[in-house]
Amino acid sequence: MLLERNNRSSFIQEIEDKREVEISSCFQCKKCSNGCPVNFAMEIMPHKIIHMIRLGLKDEVLKSSTMWACASCETCTTRCPNNIDIAKLMDALRQIATDSGFDTAQKDVPIFHSAFLSSIKKRGRIHELGMIGEYKLKTGDFMKDSRLGWEMFKRGKLKILPSGIRGRKEIRGIFDEAGRRKRS
Amino acid sequence: MRVSYYPGCSLEGSARDYDESLRAVFDVLGIELRELEDWNCCGASSAHITDDFLSTALPMRNLEIAEKENNDLLIPCMACFNRLKSAEKAAIGEIKTDVKTSYKGKIKIKHILDFLSEDGNLALIGRFVKKPLTGMKIVSYYGCLYARPPKITDVTDYEDPRSMDKLVNILGAESRPWSFKTDCCGGNLALTRIDILKRLGNNLFDMAVEAGADCIAVACPLCHANLDTRQKEISDEYGKGYYLPVFYITELIGLSMGHSDVEKWLRRHLVDPIGLLRSVGLM
Repeated sequence: MLLERNNRSSFIQEIEDKREVEISSCFQCKKCSNGCPVNFAMEIMPHKIIHMIRLGLKDEVLKSSTMWACASCETCTTRCPNNIDIAKLMDALRQIATDSGFDTAQKDVPIFHSAFLSSIKKRGRIHELGMIGEYKLKTGDFMKDSRLGWEMFKRGKLKILPSGIRGRKEIRGIFDEAGRRKRS
Repeated sequence: MRVSYYPGCSLEGSARDYDESLRAVFDVLGIELRELEDWNCCGASSAHITDDFLSTALPMRNLEIAEKENNDLLIPCMACFNRLKSAEKAAIGEIKTDVKTSYKGKIKIKHILDFLSEDGNLALIGRFVKKPLTGMKIVSYYGCLYARPPKITDVTDYEDPRSMDKLVNILGAESRPWSFKTDCCGGNLALTRIDILKRLGNNLFDMAVEAGADCIAVACPLCHANLDTRQKEISDEYGKGYYLPVFYITELIGLSMGHSDVEKWLRRHLVDPIGLLRSVGLM
């Protein structure tokens, strides 16, 4: 059943109007959930998330682990018979959760992405070692993967010194513009 | 022939073996690779997960530079390919965006797999095969973002891609059919949700063994990182004795050419492929 336009929850309006992900045409066929390679790690399946958004259950959706388990593999988006961009919906939910300072179910994931973007902002490119170092500093977990790091180092797979691009100013400008848009 | 080349950040570090083998192979083929001038990171998954504007503006800068260079743009990484294609679709109005750009969409953006498997290039590679990879049984692993979503990638056989299988066969190896070509390896969850990554990796290794393969071919630095560097951990956790070397497609091409740098590339892998290559008489 499609909810009427003027009878939509504010949450679905936020998703459809502001974040531009149309979900109203979902008829709950579960193709997204059944084909999802990481559904075993989701407490709420993607098709249920869509239904919960339609019901306006914002807190329940934002505190779920579903979007933090999503690997952005795009299988759901590719197969949806109603052309709903479910992977983009997961992006929107992650953005709403982090932008509003929601106490998210999975803290390491947003910390990782923030370390990744800060590496780009500084140099225009990712310096893997520096980026991983920042991530480890912020999560406090230095032991995890230390053996793997050593194995990669021995094989010359870790670039020690970072390189910066000449157009760092342009990159800074892109980040500034993104920041202004987020605030407005 | 001259093409622009966008290596992407991983190929400067954890995927140096991919970059080295790719440049070496193109050199032999006589195709001039011109590294894109002052390219920047595409933003990868972190940008699209965090901010729509960044996720389009970062790759767009590279497209603008590439259009000035006026060559087709080759990309070795699935994530970079996906992000640059997505920016292309935004520039030509197929996706809504706030990003303003001078990019007109005049050049072609190609993943290395598409470029190398074009008829002319496939035949060209065939002519340089000096040491056919006879005896190697390979599953081609494409991962997620090369094919999906097709409205971005323009890949038509997205549920069962063939480009890498064609390359594997022309090198003289046997491309084994399997149904996990485009299943996920965990991608950007590599450092954050290792629990998820291990389970996905175990599925892939299990299926590769069932398909009768003795190794895996990839064309993405993140697929390689997840399947090669994590293989031992996954093997230990699930009590399996996996030995499935993971090759970049360009390493396999170099191997079939009898390239003198092959060992240098392969020594960088965590799952040592030398044993396998000796067993089939290729080393």
